[in-house]
Amino acid sequence: MELGSPKGLTKQLVEDISRRKNEPEWMLKYRLEAFEVFSKTPLPKWGDDLSEIDFKDLCYYVKPKDKIKTSWEAEKDSFGGTGAQFESEVIYHSLQKELAEKGVIFESTESALQKYPEIFKKHFGTVVPLNDNKFAALNSAAWSGGSFVYIPKNTKVDLPLQAYFRINTQKMGQFERTLIIADEGAQVHYMEGCTAYSCPTESLHAAVVEIIAKKGAKIQYTTIQNWSKNIYNLVTKRAHAHKDAHVSWLDCNLGSKLTMKYPAIFLKETGASGEIQSLAFAGKGQHQDAGAKIFHMAPKTTSKIVSKSISKDGGKNTYRGVLKVDKGCKGTKSHVSCNALLLDNKSISNTYPLIRVEEDEVSVAHEATVSRIEESQLFYLMSRGLSKEEAVSSIVNGFANPIIKQLPMDYALELNRLLELEIE
Amino acid sequence: MLKISNLQARTTKEKQSILKGIDLSVKSGEIHAIMGPNGSGKSTLCKTLMGHPRYEVTGGSAKFNGEDLLKISPDKRAKLGIFLGFQNPVEVPGVTLGSFLRISKNTRTKESTNPVKFFKEVETVAKNLKIKPSFLDHSLNEGSSGGEKKRAEILQMSILKPKLIILDEIDSGLDIDALKTVAKEINRFFKENSPAIILVTHYQRILNHISPHFVHIMSEGRIIKSGGVKLAEKLEKEGYKNFIK
Repeated sequence: MELGSPKGLTKQLVEDISRRKNEPEWMLKYRLEAFEVFSKTPLPKWGDDLSEIDFKDLCYYVKPKDKIKTSWEAEKDSFGGTGAQFESEVIYHSLQKELAEKGVIFESTESALQKYPEIFKKHFGTVVPLNDNKFAALNSAAWSGGSFVYIPKNTKVDLPLQAYFRINTQKMGQFERTLIIADEGAQVHYMEGCTAYSCPTESLHAAVVEIIAKKGAKIQYTTIQNWSKNIYNLVTKRAHAHKDAHVSWLDCNLGSKLTMKYPAIFLKETGASGEIQSLAFAGKGQHQDAGAKIFHMAPKTTSKIVSKSISKDGGKNTYRGVLKVDKGCKGTKSHVSCNALLLDNKSISNTYPLIRVEEDEVSVAHEATVSRIEESQLFYLMSRGLSKEEAVSSIVNGFANPIIKQLPMDYALELNRLLELEIE
Repeated sequence: MLKISNLQARTTKEKQSILKGIDLSVKSGEIHAIMGPNGSGKSTLCKTLMGHPRYEVTGGSAKFNGEDLLKISPDKRAKLGIFLGFQNPVEVPGVTLGSFLRISKNTRTKESTNPVKFFKEVETVAKNLKIKPSFLDHSLNEGSSGGEKKRAEILQMSILKPKLIILDEIDSGLDIDALKTVAKEINRFFKENSPAIILVTHYQRILNHISPHFVHIMSEGRIIKSGGVKLAEKLEKEGYKNFIK
């Protein structure tokens, strides 16, 4: 069997992907409809220039090679559940036996479609419709891999479930699709790490993540994105929070050439709450166009947005946020804070917060700061024996710490190390 | 230990001359108080000795155990054993006092310090200074009161164990109880380690708690009079006006 698909996305290829995955008829139809939408939808006119992406020159489906699988298994993480995506398919999942016995499902998205067709069909595409935007449509047509998580009622998963995604092939598009459902009163923390090593040519990552937190459920979704610096990272992430549910996105973006990603939470029922915290680093040639969207659609819903960005060597960070409170959502509370740190005069930080409140009895606050490393701070730290580089690194770590300290220890250490490498 | 000869310095940006020829020798086991009115150049002297980029040296020399201080960066001066206690300690959000103590301590020892022993020591000194243990988890100087900042400076001093200590108006912003606490810790450290101390102050008040061996009066960028502890008492009675022409 051939390993890769021909370049370019066509109707035939969409059919081929679906057939290879042995999918039910409805999924094939879904993919084809999405392909139509993708083909018709123009590139977004806002954000950054996407015209350099040559959709015809990309490879849309690659089956992972066995060799890679072995090397990954050797370094697989020993705690929590781990899924690793090489190229397009998740090839390793380990789930603690006791979790499986509780009815927890943690599978690659395609195997979940085979094994749990009812629950899959009921939820798939209900949070991010296929016509949401061009890249969501592309993902809906070409998706491969990603994780499917289902946590049964009142079940709490203590350790984070982890997935690891990686792009290894040149001009390989990656379109993983993740769907997480926490049933009533369930709790889960899902973590994803993304890296791509020394890709000599530009590549595209267009994932879709859908999250559903039912009554009283709690979901945290953590991302550490460190794609290589020629990847377009155009991701749609969205969550529905039902009555008294809590959803939290923790989104760290260090890599990619251009990221356009705005994790969203729909607070759909009374008492729901949401949190979107992000940390972005943009160095030379990078643009992190990231942000957060919160929609208060019911009374007594609360939300918090914390965005922190670091720009260096001409790197550009954009915060693009939407905070919307519908009429009748009395007792809503929201706090938005955006802090940017510029490490030199060439670097750029933009903030576009959109706040629309249609109800009076609410408390909404927004604050934004832009700061630079001050001479007095450097001198102070150096007077204690830190070299200039160590002093800068301390200040940057201090700035990022409110986000980083929320990560599990080994991720926090890794992120600190990555930041230090970027700042050197 | 420290030998300053005809040291001259100006502001780097505005080229405004501030130090106009300072001569000062300080040995281990000596406490020198430098007093003077506002704008006499006391703080500039402190910052110039530590290498603040806001000031540039235009003449003279400053040697520490024979090594030319003026040629090396502030971190290298710190590693030689020089410590500056700041008049206005700088806020560094997100960096906790505890972790910063460890980072700066590790810059001067090759092998990293035993963490248990280290925190034991930090705890002891913090107790001497009436610093609550929870304060160590607080961001460096962020949102701290003047008194808390000054106590944190002295905590850093005691932990880093410098050979030459320059304290720039360590008494400002301290109430009388805090002043006594801080002075007690400085005296303890001095007694146990016999460093050289340069104590820069506007007021005689702190000298009731820390006895200097030498007192120098600064005015307009120069030391205009030096003497023993009696000089400070005379200054307290007569004010600066009798010393400044």
